[in-house]
Amino acid sequence: MVDRFPALAGMDLTIERGESVLVTGSNGAGKTSLVRAIAGLLPIAQGEAIVLGSDLTRFRRAVRRQIGFLGHSTSLYDELTTAENVTFAVAAAGGDVGGVGPALDQLALGGRLAQLTLDRLSAGQRRRAALAVVVARDPALWLLDEPHAGLDAQSRDTLDAIVKDAIRRGRTVVITSHEWERGRRLTGREVIVSGGVIAGSSSSHAAAEADSVVNVPGESTPVHVA
Amino acid sequence: MLHDAMVVAQKDLRIEMRSKVGAAQVLPFAVVVLLLFAFALEPDRGVLTRAAGGLFWVAVLLSSVLGVQRSFALEAGGGRDGLRLSGLDPAGIFLGKAGAILVQLVVLEAVLAVFIYLLYDVSFRAAGLLLATGVLATWGVAAAGTLYGVLATGLRARETLLPLMFLPVVAPVLLAAARASDAALTGSASGGWGWVRLLGVFAVVYTAIGIVAFEPLLEDS
Repeated sequence: MVDRFPALAGMDLTIERGESVLVTGSNGAGKTSLVRAIAGLLPIAQGEAIVLGSDLTRFRRAVRRQIGFLGHSTSLYDELTTAENVTFAVAAAGGDVGGVGPALDQLALGGRLAQLTLDRLSAGQRRRAALAVVVARDPALWLLDEPHAGLDAQSRDTLDAIVKDAIRRGRTVVITSHEWERGRRLTGREVIVSGGVIAGSSSSHAAAEADSVVNVPGESTPVHVA
Repeated sequence: MLHDAMVVAQKDLRIEMRSKVGAAQVLPFAVVVLLLFAFALEPDRGVLTRAAGGLFWVAVLLSSVLGVQRSFALEAGGGRDGLRLSGLDPAGIFLGKAGAILVQLVVLEAVLAVFIYLLYDVSFRAAGLLLATGVLATWGVAAAGTLYGVLATGLRARETLLPLMFLPVVAPVLLAAARASDAALTGSASGGWGWVRLLGVFAVVYTAIGIVAFEPLLEDS
């Protein structure tokens, strides 16, 4: 539900563990609602929603430490430095803060940029800082909502390399994007969302064999994670 | 839960140290309130002195509204989602944010106490009673403020609705804290401990409600 309106009525989607999926669709189609529902940020009013083995209709909080979410806004604090922001996010998730430095370096945010407060960074640098949180946490499920937005060409290439590496290491990755060609090069399957339901799906790569990670079926909205 | 509370409190206090909103805006506001009371009641310093405890806590309560608003303004935009996605225990978030507000209010109260001493012609006779009153009343205000702060974040007119919701709820704290402070300032400390016990009850109740209710308020408000 988004406010009091059903956002994904009729959505039925299963994503296998280790699979990489590109979610495409026009503005307002339900892409962001889908990834927010998977992250447990939207209440599931009806149906099933199981992510990483937890039923989101009952325990929306259960899987969050295993999920990395890059949304439209950065969830970071202007008054903290880049390093402090990422460290806070990692510590909050119970992660190893030793991964913060390498993550910042990977996104070209090391050195002086790591010590600047976020309000002194450009929009693209802030976006990279938000991505650094996901990289440093290295969760089982990566949910990236329009990850290329606001990034320059070099940063986009860096992002692509990071996502490919995560996929190679068996992470499950769900990306929403309007940049279809770039997204298709990264992922193994494309899912087209329209009007809050799956309008089509095509597989370009072999899906990873394993347990189901996300399953959103039927007339209602289910999500499952083994 | 306590680890999560520490993580959140450290984050909020670090942000406050950097932004200096409390020192540059909330504290001057509280001092101005005390000065206005002093100007208004100057013709009769006896009234000012007798009402010092109540006026002090009115200034603290009004300032606490700003502190609570500031605490949750930090989570505007994506911060709220960030907290939800962090995996932090909601009870820990509640305790951490309330703890950070407590620290800021204690500092503010210490400064206001100096102004009360200078402007209101009072003497601090029962330090133990004042200290107990300050800690328990401040924690009650911080806990209730954190609870209503997260509730208000989901509302469109949160800046105006927060004081409307929050101040009536902490009116009992104001009453008890003012009575206990008056007892301490007038030297009749024995009459103040009953109010302190009441403040303890308020603090426990607000904390218990906060620990239980913060998660649904954070998730669904």
